[in-house]
Amino acid sequence: MALLQISEPGQSTNPHEHRLAAGIDLGTTNSLVATVRSGLTETLPDSEGHHLLPSIVRYSQDREPVTGYDARAESSKDPLNTIISVKRFMGRGLEDIQKREKKLPYEFVETESAVPRIHTAGGDVSAVEVSSEILKILRQRAEDSLGGDLTGVVITVPAYFDDAQRQATKDAAKLAGLNVLRLLNEPTAAAVAYGLDQEAEGVIAVYDLGGGTFDISILRLNKGVFEVMATAGDTALGGDDFDQVVAEWIMRQAGISDDAHQNISHHQLRRLKHEACAAKEALTDSDSVSIKVELDDGSHWQGNLTREQFNELVEPLIQKTLMPCRRALRDAGIEAEEVKDVVMVGGSTRVPRVREKIADFFEREPLTDIDPDTVVAVGAALQADILAGNKPDDDMLLLDVIPLSLGLETMGSLVEKVIPRNTTIPVAKAQDFTTFKDGQTAMSIHVLQGERELVSDCRSLGRFALHGIPPMVAGAARIRITFQVDADGLLSVTAREQTTGVESGIEVKPSYGLTDTEIETMLRDSLEHAEEDVDARNLREQQVEADRVLEALEAALADDGELLNSEERAPIDQAAVELKLKRDSGDHRAIKKALDDLDKAAEIFVSRRMDTNIQKALSGHSVDEFSE
Amino acid sequence: MELTQNHFELFGLPVNFDIDTQQLSERYRDLQRTVHPDRFANASDRERRLSVEKAAQINEAFQILKSPLNRARYMLQLRGVDFDNERDTHFDPMFLMEQIELREELSDVKSADDPVIALSKSMDDIGKRHKAMIDELAQLLENEDSTQEGKQAVQKLQFLNKLQQEAEAIEEELAGY
Repeated sequence: MALLQISEPGQSTNPHEHRLAAGIDLGTTNSLVATVRSGLTETLPDSEGHHLLPSIVRYSQDREPVTGYDARAESSKDPLNTIISVKRFMGRGLEDIQKREKKLPYEFVETESAVPRIHTAGGDVSAVEVSSEILKILRQRAEDSLGGDLTGVVITVPAYFDDAQRQATKDAAKLAGLNVLRLLNEPTAAAVAYGLDQEAEGVIAVYDLGGGTFDISILRLNKGVFEVMATAGDTALGGDDFDQVVAEWIMRQAGISDDAHQNISHHQLRRLKHEACAAKEALTDSDSVSIKVELDDGSHWQGNLTREQFNELVEPLIQKTLMPCRRALRDAGIEAEEVKDVVMVGGSTRVPRVREKIADFFEREPLTDIDPDTVVAVGAALQADILAGNKPDDDMLLLDVIPLSLGLETMGSLVEKVIPRNTTIPVAKAQDFTTFKDGQTAMSIHVLQGERELVSDCRSLGRFALHGIPPMVAGAARIRITFQVDADGLLSVTAREQTTGVESGIEVKPSYGLTDTEIETMLRDSLEHAEEDVDARNLREQQVEADRVLEALEAALADDGELLNSEERAPIDQAAVELKLKRDSGDHRAIKKALDDLDKAAEIFVSRRMDTNIQKALSGHSVDEFSE
Repeated sequence: MELTQNHFELFGLPVNFDIDTQQLSERYRDLQRTVHPDRFANASDRERRLSVEKAAQINEAFQILKSPLNRARYMLQLRGVDFDNERDTHFDPMFLMEQIELREELSDVKSADDPVIALSKSMDDIGKRHKAMIDELAQLLENEDSTQEGKQAVQKLQFLNKLQQEAEAIEEELAGY
């Protein structure tokens, strides 16, 4: 095993060099970064030896935001400026947040944009920006620890995250200056870590109850292929809710009535949640816990909570997780007894009652010997290592699904499903539309995500305005709209008029996401802060891209160069030389142009190579038979 | 992988309703191992786009081949049957009667003494009809000329599928999902 190789920033990479990649678990309560080093996967600690980073950011005037333990220490004293559980706000509108979350200790500001902001002493911040602060810390930690720039990262998201929530996560990564190799579903990441470790085969269930989200995934493991059969969940259910019911119980016991909630200070609420969380954790090992809280009037309330009482309080919440389990099994087309192993993930699966209920449901003891806090980050790191190209011969493959159906608004405010939930991604579906009026040149489509029939019961992802449809009589135009969901679970929409072949322009208005302009502005602001030049950053990005493309091309030509005759090969070589020259020109636009030119020149080669490999895969079943 | 290739050819399988599902799954995994975007994370933009397209195409073909209903429908389409024109649908009275009975049984579920047991019986009955229909379809597809009968059988199966979905919706409702 080679020693860890450290590369200077800017140094060009050679094909066999180890690329620095990391897996990031951006959690509701805690976040983690992990990497594969010398064949071992490990989570990375901060300078004080903490592996977990509390997902808490505190904003103050005239100072950089503080993240993690330091922020947590102040959260009760300064609740309005200390943002916790920000993941619950990702990709959500204000109305949506307020409907789901009771008694939030923040001041939300509505803005012109679809994305609400939280008012803090350090300015008004969106959930994407808060998350990017957490990611920046983890990026720094990884780069310090590995001694170089990260090539790319895999960031995990709840499997049940919808398109807007996924996009928000990707935006946060972009703001933090991270290259996202893939968004990976948390239960799938856990399955990878577990499956590779145990060399498991067969059907497994991953029950992932985190701080704020719940996922259940059913997977089939077969010779290194992790095939998600079905997933279900609830993106607003987790340990936070356990704390909430305990906090409410304390309030009732302390004689603070439910009606008076509004009068309880933010500080008091935070203290109550703290105590409730501590009590919950203590009850994992003890049968009873004593609780003492300071009330707003300075007096104290003291009492006892038994595990039995606690179980009763959380029973409805655990019950709520069983319905998605049922649905996932049915969508997977299997019975509970066909599940070989149940893997427990997320801190909330430490609650003994959760384990009991899951054991009852699946009729087997769930596996609890893996660390539920780190398994997701470890799985993400394994995937990142492969995607970065450090294990070219690895056979591992993840086949994931889209968690919620995608549909279109039709007449009568109904939703017509275009791609049903639990369809394996990537997926592309085309749908034909026509015009209603003579000479109509534009039309609008409304894309929704969810399982219900009515538009108002589904989640609006965005409105797409098509324009540039050639004028024709009503009903003559045939506009084919293609919905494509990529391997990150993100949707893109393209449109083409079929009779004339005219590509229609699409303008996207995301319902809950940031627009490209907003992201650009945020990026500029944050860079100004760091006193870094945007041009320098662009240049660096294009150089990295040029190195990546040149290296990939070289490897591809070495493997399959015989697919081209010398006439076909010449323009590719020429474009590659041009790109090498431009790479060191210092002009990021020139590099971009050379990249585009090379991309065009290599078109025949790329598609011929793909087809050849498909033929090999079909006829050979093993590549060896084809090598001389 | 040319556009003219049908889904069976894409998987290197004969155009046949009777399919080796084990082999189908194996080929599917082999193909995805070759084209999946995870294999092209470091490739050029063009290769990455192409890989997403191919992987989506293979997923689509797999979805069609592994489901008996979709597979049958697809085979009939290959034989020139047009499913867009649903107007020429005439079901025999036997089938319609049976549909009405199954539908009534399902709609009575919620008012039954024990809705869960009633639902499970209803789902069983639908499931049995479903299975019988697939067997019938398999028979019909063996004969290249029975395209019209085949089309009707596919449409019947779609009816049963819809019933099944409605039953599942009731199940979720009963479970409070």
